[in-house]
Parts: sequence; C-alpha cells; structure tokens
Amino acid sequence: MTVKILYFAGLRERVGHASEQLDLPAGVTDVAGLLAFLVARGGQWEALATVRNLRYAVNQELAKPDTTLRAGDEVAFFPPVTGG
Amino acid sequence: MAVRVQEADFDVGAELAALRRGKPQIGALASFVGLVRDVNDGSGVSEMTLEHYPGMTEKALKAIVDQASARWTIIDALVIHRVGRLLPTDQIVLVAVAGSHRGDVFAACQFIMDYLKTRAPFWKREVTGEGARWVDAREADDQAAERWQD
Repeated sequence: MTVKILYFAGLRERVGHASEQLDLPAGVTDVAGLLAFLVARGGQWEALATVRNLRYAVNQELAKPDTTLRAGDEVAFFPPVTGG
Repeated sequence: MAVRVQEADFDVGAELAALRRGKPQIGALASFVGLVRDVNDGSGVSEMTLEHYPGMTEKALKAIVDQASARWTIIDALVIHRVGRLLPTDQIVLVAVAGSHRGDVFAACQFIMDYLKTRAPFWKREVTGEGARWVDAREADDQAAERWQD
C-alpha cells in the first residue's frame, strides 16, 4: 500500500524533503504506526520525534494517531500552526 | 462566504465595500486586519515568509467560516490570508463578517480569527538580527480558541 507523505515548515527543512511516496510495510495501518516507522528509519527522520505537539493530517483533514491509512492517502506532518 | 489565500496585498476598503454591496439588510460589519510587526519575542524582525499547505489551508478556512455561520446569525463573511514574503507593516490577514446586528458579527469575527490562528495550516518564518527562525506557536492562542468550546 503506497501513500504520499508531506512535510511542512521547520519539519520539512529538518527532514530535507517536502514530500515522498512510500510503500508501507505490512502492519503499518494508521498514523501512529507510520510515524513510528518513519522515526525508526533514523537520521533526519528522528526530527519527527522531536517536534513538540506534532500535528498530522490525512487527505487534508486533521487526523489522530489512530486514523486508519488507505492506499493512495495523502499524509502530512507539520508543527503547530502560526498563521494570522 | 469566501476565503482566499494569495500572495498579493488587499485593499480593505474595497473588500468591505464588495462584501456588503447589494445587501441592504446588513446593519453591522466587523473586520480584523493582522499586520507584520517589526519585533517579536524581543528581537527585531526585518522580514517574514508565510508558508501554507495548498488545498488543506483553503479547506480549513472554509470549515472555520462555516462553523461561525452555523453558530451565529450572519449574512456574509470573507477571509483573505497572504502567503510568501512579507515586510513589517504589511497586511497579513483580513477577516470580515457582515450581519444584521453587531453582537453576532463581533463574536463571529473573533471566533474565525481565534480558530484560524490554531487550526489553519500556515507557518511563519521570520528573519531577525540573529538569523532566520520558525515562529513558535503560542499557548495564549490555544487558550483563545478553547474559550469558544462549550
């Protein structure tokens, strides 16, 4: 199952990518699982574990750790927002 | 009810005139304009760049305006938020709400702004004398949004 992952703001800079396509290993079925898988890759991906109050969205809607992932989903990770 | 995310500046007077044009039932029009300050967290700010999440940002703003419209009696609303490079004194955001009476439009305008600050995906990166930095979210903004939950 392939998903598209997006990173924004300071997290995008630390990860070094704005987006990637990822074929999820069996067993990764929700946002929390994806996050753990990404952090376990080590290196710059550990930045995901250090963002305070990390936010995530699935298909452009704010999501929760147990939000289920499906093939073709767009998953975004970002720091708390600071617009306005 | 319209939301716009754009690099270009906006003319507040022209936007407010357009919002109420042809709607003689409007008796109250509240607006808020957010500006780039030249100082933040004790450091001088020389410029800032606003990043957003194209697609989700517009959807999030629309959802916030829809919530305000469901909660208060309003006739129309407009949100314009700029992205890209901005300088001190530049306009960042306009929220305008029109209705029959002031109570609902004041409240809806403040609600939209409080929710925008905590739920719409925008991020500020500012340049100071000490270099560039991503602006940290403020707890006060979360508290401002939470007061609308009952």
